[in-house]
Amino acid sequence: MTNHWIDIKNSNAVLIMGSNAAEHHPISFKWVLRARDNGAKIIHVDPKFSRTSARSDLHVPLRSGTDIAFLGGMMRYILEKNLYQKQYVTEYTNASFILGKDYAFKDGLFSGYDAEKHIYDRKKWDFARDDKGVSLRDKTLKNPRCVFQLLKKHYDRYTIDMVSKVTGVSKQHLASVYETFGATGKPDKAGTMMYALGWTQHTVGVQNIRLACMIQLMLGNIGVAGGGINALRGEPNVQGSTDHALLWHILPGYLPAPLATQTTLAEYNKATTPKTNDPLSVNWWSNRPKYTVSLFKSWFGDAASKDNDFGYSWTPKVEPGEEYASMFMFDRLYKKQMKGAFIFGHNPAQSMPNSHKIRKSLENLDWLVMGEVHLTETTDFWRGPGVDPKKVNTEVFLLPCCHRGEKDGTTSNSGRWQMWHYKGIEPMGVSKSMGAIYTEIFHAVRDLYAKEGGALPEPILNLDLPKAYDADKTAMKVNGWFTRDCEVNGKKFKKGDQVPSFAFLTDDGATTSMCWVYSGGYPAVGKNLSQRRDHTQTPMQAKLGLFPNFSWCWPVNRRIIYNRAGVDVNGKAFNPELPVITWDGKGWVGDVPDGGGPPMAQGGKYPFIMHTEGLSQIFGPGRVDGPLPEHYEPAETPLTKNPFSSQMNNPAIRWIASDMDKFAKHGDPRYPIVLTTYSLTEHWCGGSDSRNTKVLLEAEPQLYVEMSHELAKEKGIKNGDVVEIESIRGKVQAVAMVTVRIVPFKVMGKIVHLVGMPFAFGWTTPGVGDSTNRLTPTVGDPNSYIPEYKASLVNVRKAVKVTELER
Amino acid sequence: MNISRRGFIKLLGAGTACFGLSQMGLNVKPAQAYATSLKTAGAKEVVSICPYCSCGCNIIMYVREGKFISSEGDPDYPVSEGSLCAKGAAFRALHVNEHRVTKPLYRAPGATEWVEKDWDFMLSTIARRMKTTRDRDFKTKNDKGQVVNRLDTVFNLGSALMDNEECAVTVQALRGMGVYQIDHQARI
Repeated sequence: MTNHWIDIKNSNAVLIMGSNAAEHHPISFKWVLRARDNGAKIIHVDPKFSRTSARSDLHVPLRSGTDIAFLGGMMRYILEKNLYQKQYVTEYTNASFILGKDYAFKDGLFSGYDAEKHIYDRKKWDFARDDKGVSLRDKTLKNPRCVFQLLKKHYDRYTIDMVSKVTGVSKQHLASVYETFGATGKPDKAGTMMYALGWTQHTVGVQNIRLACMIQLMLGNIGVAGGGINALRGEPNVQGSTDHALLWHILPGYLPAPLATQTTLAEYNKATTPKTNDPLSVNWWSNRPKYTVSLFKSWFGDAASKDNDFGYSWTPKVEPGEEYASMFMFDRLYKKQMKGAFIFGHNPAQSMPNSHKIRKSLENLDWLVMGEVHLTETTDFWRGPGVDPKKVNTEVFLLPCCHRGEKDGTTSNSGRWQMWHYKGIEPMGVSKSMGAIYTEIFHAVRDLYAKEGGALPEPILNLDLPKAYDADKTAMKVNGWFTRDCEVNGKKFKKGDQVPSFAFLTDDGATTSMCWVYSGGYPAVGKNLSQRRDHTQTPMQAKLGLFPNFSWCWPVNRRIIYNRAGVDVNGKAFNPELPVITWDGKGWVGDVPDGGGPPMAQGGKYPFIMHTEGLSQIFGPGRVDGPLPEHYEPAETPLTKNPFSSQMNNPAIRWIASDMDKFAKHGDPRYPIVLTTYSLTEHWCGGSDSRNTKVLLEAEPQLYVEMSHELAKEKGIKNGDVVEIESIRGKVQAVAMVTVRIVPFKVMGKIVHLVGMPFAFGWTTPGVGDSTNRLTPTVGDPNSYIPEYKASLVNVRKAVKVTELER
Repeated sequence: MNISRRGFIKLLGAGTACFGLSQMGLNVKPAQAYATSLKTAGAKEVVSICPYCSCGCNIIMYVREGKFISSEGDPDYPVSEGSLCAKGAAFRALHVNEHRVTKPLYRAPGATEWVEKDWDFMLSTIARRMKTTRDRDFKTKNDKGQVVNRLDTVFNLGSALMDNEECAVTVQALRGMGVYQIDHQARI
């Protein structure tokens, strides 16, 4: 989230799209309703009517997978009706930047496309630059090659007529949403967007969110109270686990994973540290080498020195252009290129797409180490449906993990609040925390290397990882400390002092930090800010619902990021009633300002300090699939032609080829129905925790499929019948829930039906049904490789024999 | 004095009972007796956090003699103001739960059942498997002769359930061993 949960109350319009907030983030909805009490309009755009829709002013059903068409229409409307916030757009975004001669867009493709490799040469999308490399601008926004004009041209095709035909949303609904949300373009109005997996889980997921951000920038809604682009994160600590980079492509704190071509630290720094010659740009990432060295210093301790690049060469390097996201990992496993795995608190046999392939792949492991609280479809894959355990040669180690209430530590909520939780009881049985288990496994491995030697033992023997896992000591190390007496930024520090904030991290080995964005959360011994419970506020903060003394928030306790864009060039808040920050003549008051220095009119710098140019990106040359979002159909679509261009699917998708990766044809008559999947209030993700909690299972006991009365009639299905849902990849049995919550869509003149299913039910809980993901395809967004769970093709029929559900 | 909302309500409650009502001539003894007989009476209050979605609702655990006897939403958490959804309300039932795995379980190749083992067996056997795989498959250079120092045949999945500190040591341990194919629910 750019903002935080409570701030939703400050909105004038709340667009909930790609989320069912009331059911899946129920507490968030408290603040949506508070906004509504204050007069805000609440809009829910979602294929299914839910409890979120029931409390909204407007529910707008749209065909799953057409968000870009919907939002593209909104962009066109905002431009056509001049609803954008002019000063914001010219001063704080790259709308005035002029494109270089190579940029072009034609019939669904941007310039630089390599049709064989499915990749773009992104250099073709660069801006025209002066002799110092600074981008050329036209602040009148009239130059035909400026971003603003090209944006206008790009979305000119997204007329209300066209969008209505593609999305299945009525023209009246479209106009109503566009008008309501577009009204937040006034400087003193704010609109927020709340999204979740309904936007990410598409082959155009990243561009869905980019287009939403672009609209928010056009309307001046980023950096203001009641604004922002707010990801409702679906896991308890997925904010923190992403920050700490349990991911292949980044190191903790959003540092790119080193590539094989970057053979030294100097080469890595050169490739990953952006440069600008624009004196008005802060270019915060120019500090990256400080964060990188502090990270390696925290990993390798005294063994990391300038002479050995702080251990850089010991850490693994990946091949440039190669993909290692989980869907590719499992493809390698399926192709027998993997031998061992650690799977902790994750149930891929249930929750990854194309579960048949995942389950089959697991049989190819020599050994599997799992950390879990309950038995899951993954821990017990070797005796799953249709599997003969005697033929599965995988050696499985299941390590019992304790629960949240049995350990100390911090998690970060969706608004980036890092909060401490305390151990209330001893771990059940001989279970242990996952942190302790990984630490103990590592030390058991290290003992062997210390005794016997082996392949490159240095990184293992030199790793500075204490033998006993201790959450408090680790939290101190995440913040970072000084490794020697030194002076930084004019302040003197002693060896062992905690680093006050990331502004004091250095690139010479004098500091450690396991994740620079968290530096400042534990700034002195005994001063763990995540434990704060203080409600003290200034009157201005109280009005905003800002609690700067409760817990701690990264970065540097800033609660609303990009807040320097929420003020005009003189430092006055665009909305004087709800200033996040404001310049009082001497300094900023309110939240922690995003970048110091005076307002721009008084010699200050650009507000988007994390961007090399200092301005936000309406035109975004950094994504692999294009600088401007464009509508492409889902990998599996009921249409035979993309109405916007001859390019049917996202051209940058890397398709996985195996005998188990089948896709329905476009407009496949065997699978004419769109399937979308979702969660439930009473269950959580793959369901292994909630299915094992009796009261929750009792509340939602079995797998079901929601369908319209019209589809049910067509198929001869009655409410409560057990039906079989079939995709090209598999079949699933579920109870039919025939409902008015889902309606047929009229798309390009034809009726398209959609069905919706939860994915929380699996075979280890008897009689509840089995994984919905046996239906979904292994294909994902080419930037994130998040799978397309939200739109695939199926057919539905009444089950002849009920085998998967207890009736 | 910094009084939290919860503390304030307690103080208000106590004040009302002791001074307000009794001064008005009401007998508050039965109510006091009832209050002290609540099942949470005398229990230690410990702040935890809901392990489901990212609203991060703070939850008060009531613990007596090491036993987890009850839980409720924490009114001092400014986001939830004490509310919980169905899953958060079942926080205790999630912990005190007969379905939990409480001992290390081992399944040998081709076996049809789990067998209980102790931690020593598990850790030493896992370490041996990891070392054998790593020593055999560790790649110091790629085909182009560039130093890569990585293990291509072992991957790690999980978990967004882990605390920040757990994530930090896990990433450190994995990358230290050369495991870089790391992923978790952020990509779901």
